[in-house]
Amino acid sequence: MKKTWAAYPYIFWIIIFTIVPMGLLIYFSITVKTPTGTIISMDNFRRFTEPIYLKVLARSLTLAAISTVCCLLLGYPAALFLSSRDLRHKNTMVLLMVLPMWMNFLLRTYAWLTLLERKGLINTLLGKIGIPPLNLLYNDFAVVLGMVYNFLPFMVLPIYSVLSKIDHSLIEAAEDLGADPLRTFLKVRLPLSLPGVMSGITMVFMPAVTTFVISRLLGGGQYTLIGNLIEQQFLTVGDWNFGSAISLMMMLIILIGMGFTSRYEKEQEGGGLW
Amino acid sequence: MKKGFFRILMVVLCISVLAVGCGKKNQVELNVYNWGDYIDESVLQEFEKKYNIKINYDTFTTNEDMYVKVKAGGSHYDILIPSDYMIKRMIDEGMLEKLDMSNIPNYKYIDSKFKNLEYDPNNEYSVPYMWGTVGILYNKKMVSEKPTSWKVLWDKKYAKQILMMDSQRDSIGITLKMLGYSLNSKNPDELEQAKQALIEQKPLVLAYVVDEVKDKMIAGEAALAVVWSGDAVYCIRENPDLDYVIPEEGSNLWFDAIVIPKGTQHKKEAEMFINFLCETDIAYRNADYIGYSSPHTEAVKRLPKEITSSRHAYPQEEDLKKCEVFVDLGSILKEFDRIWTEVKSH
Amino acid sequence: MVKYFLKRGYLFLLYAFLYAPIIVLAFYSFNSSRSRGTWDGFSLKWYIQMFQDRQILTSLYYSLVIGIISSVVATIIGTMAAFGINNMKTLPRTTVMNLTYLPVLNPDIVTGISFMLLFIFIRLKLGFITLLLSHITFNIPYVILSVLPRIKQLDKNMYEAALDLGATPAVAFRKVVLPEIMPGVITGLLLAFTLSLDDFVISFFNTGSGVSTLSITIYSMARRGINPKINALSTLMFVSILTLLVIINLMMSRQKNSKEKESKEVL
Repeated sequence: MKKTWAAYPYIFWIIIFTIVPMGLLIYFSITVKTPTGTIISMDNFRRFTEPIYLKVLARSLTLAAISTVCCLLLGYPAALFLSSRDLRHKNTMVLLMVLPMWMNFLLRTYAWLTLLERKGLINTLLGKIGIPPLNLLYNDFAVVLGMVYNFLPFMVLPIYSVLSKIDHSLIEAAEDLGADPLRTFLKVRLPLSLPGVMSGITMVFMPAVTTFVISRLLGGGQYTLIGNLIEQQFLTVGDWNFGSAISLMMMLIILIGMGFTSRYEKEQEGGGLW
Repeated sequence: MKKGFFRILMVVLCISVLAVGCGKKNQVELNVYNWGDYIDESVLQEFEKKYNIKINYDTFTTNEDMYVKVKAGGSHYDILIPSDYMIKRMIDEGMLEKLDMSNIPNYKYIDSKFKNLEYDPNNEYSVPYMWGTVGILYNKKMVSEKPTSWKVLWDKKYAKQILMMDSQRDSIGITLKMLGYSLNSKNPDELEQAKQALIEQKPLVLAYVVDEVKDKMIAGEAALAVVWSGDAVYCIRENPDLDYVIPEEGSNLWFDAIVIPKGTQHKKEAEMFINFLCETDIAYRNADYIGYSSPHTEAVKRLPKEITSSRHAYPQEEDLKKCEVFVDLGSILKEFDRIWTEVKSH
Repeated sequence: MVKYFLKRGYLFLLYAFLYAPIIVLAFYSFNSSRSRGTWDGFSLKWYIQMFQDRQILTSLYYSLVIGIISSVVATIIGTMAAFGINNMKTLPRTTVMNLTYLPVLNPDIVTGISFMLLFIFIRLKLGFITLLLSHITFNIPYVILSVLPRIKQLDKNMYEAALDLGATPAVAFRKVVLPEIMPGVITGLLLAFTLSLDDFVISFFNTGSGVSTLSITIYSMARRGINPKINALSTLMFVSILTLLVIINLMMSRQKNSKEKESKEVL
């Protein structure tokens, strides 16, 4: 009694809304418009390898990597402390970590605009103690800060969920065998939490590479990341062909990266958010 | 409990579907696509009430954004308000409807010096909406001497206090002016120099903005900004420390006009809307609210003296001597796209 | 003991980092002055202005309508699909599952653009319909991913036992299968609804004249600089989310208690 008809509407849906759009994206990326008509050409990809665009790609990857490292450095201890057994009100604390994610991420980004301005709260407070106003907004710092702020919970939660599932008897065994807390951490907790770390890294790095909103609002239009480049091609310049080629490149980078980390993720289930 | 949950859900679903359905009585809807902050929005509601036509109002930030969106298809606008050179381009590409001026009697109020301009020589496609210049808005408290040249935007003294305009035609145009060329230059050498100048300027720029500029300048977040004249008038009204200047190298003189794109289903209603915007009272309210200069003779008469005598909003002949109107550059536009992409990516 | 306080202190600082911006926004939303540097006294005028802003209200309405319809439709299609996928042979199943993962893994901006290309290609007018279709599409995979594990855990014998006892397949499905997978379905539904509300990038590329979601409105307002109306809006949204979570938590704990009581009574 193997009925599969129930999936037919979905398969139909996939064909229209996943396969056809991907086909169109590929079609646009391998064609160029000339006055005489549309011709097949690899020009779009060739253009992407020009130094200026490679620099944009490099900058996107670097900023995303910095943000991911910051999230890891800030988030790992937090996950560790949240999972420790002597923490009171643990559920509330975890809930408090998730709560900001429920707020619209544009509002979360917008909040920093108010804080970082030259006449914003931080500079006003600094002024009170005699520090001249700093340029906090519209630079790399602001973009990284925005990314870390937005994506931090994505790092903490997977690590927390893996850490809190660790069989406590393992840790007790290590302690009984005479390991000091540092050794227990290095030899037991850290290796066991690696799958969570990997999925945390993916969940922060991926959206950080592709964002165009954070860099637009907090970078003041001058820190072009690859997402901004794509947006520009589609909305301002109108060069769909080049835009599609960049999108396709970005998709490949992400999917290859995912393939790389998914090996770790498969070993543990439920490390992600869902 | 679970059943109850589902029942509630179905009810909510039905209500929302019904609500969506109800919104679409047989009312005509006009899709209007205009610049951000470019109308007194109460005017829209008045039109809706008066003619029982619903208006869907959307805004764009630059001519290029608007063009790309309309050209792509997918959106169906009935009213657009682009600038001169873009109107020319759209006429040439056959994207605009010819207007039936007998449906727009209020067209008679438009000052004749704004009619039959180069972008629409026989005035078949457009009705002027506003006009103005591009210049430098500066904060007197932060800039010691009154700027006279575009070069002040390249002055290291004001590093990270300069707001450039995130609009390719305007930013490249003023750079060409600064270098002493025409802002309609097609010469690859001159364009290359402009690109280098913009790249050189980039470290000094605080941000590339369009709509934020008003908020930022009023709040005193930056010392200098490239703005359109009407935004300058608005900002000076809010913050008297600000002043506006058209640099001596000359600048861009522009005209925005109302047009109807091909493919509209509601040409008659769109013309009613254009006529409505040309009513004296409405044109006056718009000009007063947004601060731009109106081509409407009667509306200008009604505006307060301090505005109409202000050289920011209504510049004299001599201020405009060196100003140029943008012309459509045809195929060289691709080069502008490329320069701008490279400047922003640098 | 010192260690305990260190841990608490660290967490406290981190929470301060997470919540300070939200609190500052909330604080400024009551500031009668527009400027950010000064406090001019308490005022509710930004809240009043917000409720009079037609753009904010219509976009809130569209956000909710699209969120509800898209999550319900996605839940129906997705749940059905999960059953079908579960019954498939290995090869088609892997293919379909890989295609399901694609929109989940793909960068939002690529998904958004590919939908836009499709809609323009088939000459569908960008607007409410396209927004709804794209939201349904990116919601379905999340429903499948939360329902599928539940279906895998189903005990086939239960369903067959019900049939043997004379139940029609429909009744057996409703009485035996549905209650088992319900938690997965509800999780999927809620997830889809939240994702739909929160989405900006995909909506941004697929909306047309007159239709805008809350995210799009916030973006276009934020691009115009600081606006105290947004402060008021964020404060309200934060408070409503907080209340909702508290209510859900209370309901869940009460349910747990009553269940425990029931099981005690049975014993």
